[in-house]
Amino acid sequence: MSTRLELRDISHRYRTGERAVSHLTLTAGPGELVALLGPSGCGKTTVLKIIAGLLRPTAGAVLADGNDMTGVPPERRRVAMVFQKPLLFPHLSVAANVGFGLRMRGMGRRETGRRVEQALRQVRMEGFADRRPEELSGGQQQRVALARALVTEPRLLLLDEPFSALDANLREEMRELTKHLHATGDFTTLLVTHDQGEAVSLAERIALLLDGRLQMYDTPEAFYNRPVNRRVAEFFGATNFLEGRISDGAAETPLGRLKLAAPVPPGSATLTIRPEAVRLEAGENSFPARILSAAYLGTQVLYTLEAGSVRLRAAVPPHVKLGVGQRVSARLPAESLWAFSE
Amino acid sequence: MDKRNRSAGIALALAAVLVTTPLLPLALWSFAGEWRFPDLLPASWSLRGWEALLAPGSRFTEAVLNSLVIAAAVTAAAVVIGLPAGMALGTHDFRLKGVVIFIILLPILVPPLASTMGIHLTFIRLGLADTMFGVFLVHLVPTVPYTAIILTSVFAERTGELEEAARTLGAGPWQAFWHVTLPQVAPGVAVAGLFAFLISWSQYILTVLIGGGTVITLPMLLFSAASGTDPVITSTLAVVFALPAVVALLLALRYLNPGNERGFLGVGKVS
Repeated sequence: MSTRLELRDISHRYRTGERAVSHLTLTAGPGELVALLGPSGCGKTTVLKIIAGLLRPTAGAVLADGNDMTGVPPERRRVAMVFQKPLLFPHLSVAANVGFGLRMRGMGRRETGRRVEQALRQVRMEGFADRRPEELSGGQQQRVALARALVTEPRLLLLDEPFSALDANLREEMRELTKHLHATGDFTTLLVTHDQGEAVSLAERIALLLDGRLQMYDTPEAFYNRPVNRRVAEFFGATNFLEGRISDGAAETPLGRLKLAAPVPPGSATLTIRPEAVRLEAGENSFPARILSAAYLGTQVLYTLEAGSVRLRAAVPPHVKLGVGQRVSARLPAESLWAFSE
Repeated sequence: MDKRNRSAGIALALAAVLVTTPLLPLALWSFAGEWRFPDLLPASWSLRGWEALLAPGSRFTEAVLNSLVIAAAVTAAAVVIGLPAGMALGTHDFRLKGVVIFIILLPILVPPLASTMGIHLTFIRLGLADTMFGVFLVHLVPTVPYTAIILTSVFAERTGELEEAARTLGAGPWQAFWHVTLPQVAPGVAVAGLFAFLISWSQYILTVLIGGGTVITLPMLLFSAASGTDPVITSTLAVVFALPAVVALLLALRYLNPGNERGFLGVGKVS
C-alpha cells in the first residue's frame, strides 16, 4: 500500500551549526513519483535520511498518511532506501542480501526464498542468487540493491542518486527499470538527483532544492515554461532574460512593447523565453536583430542574437542556414513568454 | 596486484623463517640426550625433558591448564570490553576524546609493578589475592588497552553506511550490529583477541604478584627452570610456551594467500 508522504516545515542543522535544510514543506501523493532535484551539497540526502528515520530533524515533522513518524525508528517505517552506492553486505550471497529485510522481520526460510527469487526476477538478476556481491558489476549490484529494497514491500521507496555512479547506457537502463517497477508496484517513490534530465524524464513532479530551500514544486513542464524565479529558470538551462515593466498584458522592454499571453500582475518583472521558442520571423512581438554567433549542435543550431543592448539565444532547426553578421527579424511569441517578479 | 600479493607472501614467509629459526635449537634441546659443544647436533636423543614434565608430581599440566583457562577468559573479556569502547571511539567524535584515549592507554604506559602493588592490597582486602579469578582480573589491565585501541582503528575505517542500509531494510539496532557490524569486524576482533591471548599467556610479574605462588602458570615454571641448570627441561618448557605464537603466525600465513580480499587478518590489505 503506497503512502501519502508529508514533510512539514522540516529544518536541519548539522552539529557544526551549518544549515542543511530550511523550512521544507512538501507533499507526495500516494503512488506518486517525485524527484528531489538540486546541485550536490544542497541538502537532498539529508532530507532522505530524515524521511528514512536515519536522521532526526532539528525541527519539523514527517507524516505518513497523516501519522507523525518523526520519532519512529527506521526499521518500523516501511520505508526502503537505495543509496548512491549499492551497499550490499559483502559477507552475504546475493540471495541472502535480498532476503535480509524479510529475515530481519522474522519471515521463514521457505517463504523468504520464494520472494527473493521473485524479486531477483523483477530486476533480471535471477541467475545470480548464489554469487557474492564482489563478483557483480556496479550495475548488477545496484539492481540487487533495488530488489533488496523492493522485496520488503515498502510503502515508500527512497532513491538517493542510485544511478549516478553508473555509465550512461546503464543509467538509462536503470531509469527504465525504476520507472517500470514504480508503475507496477504499489509504493510512493522519492528520487533524489542532481541531474535535471533524470528528474524530468522520470518524475511526475519535481521539487527543486537550492541552498536547502525549496524553490519550486511542480510538474517538469512547469519548470521549463513557468519558472518562479531566475535561479529556477537558470537551473533548467534558461539563458534569455529581459527586464521589463508590466501593464495591460504587455511588457515595456528594451526590445519594445511585448505582448504576454500569461496573466501577470503589473509592476517590474523579469521576462524569460526558452531558446527553442524564439522564432526568426516577422510578426507580433518581433524586432530587428543581428546574428552574433552560431553553434551547430546536430539537431539544432544555437544562434546568439543582438538587438540593441540585449542579447538573446535562439535554437532553430538546422535546415535554417544563417550567417554570422546577418540581419534578421526575431519574434518572441506571446504564448512562450513568461514573466516573474522578484 | 597478484605480483604484489606474491611478494607480500614471500616477505611474510621470510619473517616466519626469521622468527622460527631461533626456536629451532630449543626444539632440538628439548629432545636432546647428550649435546656437547662444538657438535652441530646432539650426540644422542631422548624424551627426558617431556617425561619430566609429564611425570607424576610435576605441576606442568596444571600450569598449562591454568595458563590456557586464564588466557582464554582474558581474551573473551578483553574483547567484550574493548569492542564497545572501540566502537564508540572509532565511530563518534566527541569532546575530550583524546583524554579518553589517553586514560585507556594509561595501564600500558604506567609500569605494571607500580599499579599492581596497589591492586594487590585491594585484592587482599576483597579476598581476590591468590585466586585464579584475581589473576584473570589483573591480566585485563595490560590487555584491554590493546583490544580497545585495535578495535578503535577497526571501527574508524567503517562509515556506518552498511548499518544504515540494514536499518532501512527493517533491522533494529541490535540486529544491525549482530548481522552486519559483527561479521564485518570479525577479522579485527580476531587480531585483538590474539593480542589479548598472547599478552595474558606470557604474563609473569602480574601473575606472581596477585597469584602469590598459589596460581601456577606456564611462565612461572619457565622462569624457575631458566634459573636452574637443566637446559633440556628449560627448552621443553620454552617450546610449549612458544607454541601459541607459532600457531598464530601459521594462521596469519594461511589468511594471506594470494587473492584473499580480506588482506592480512583483515587489518588492512597488504597489497
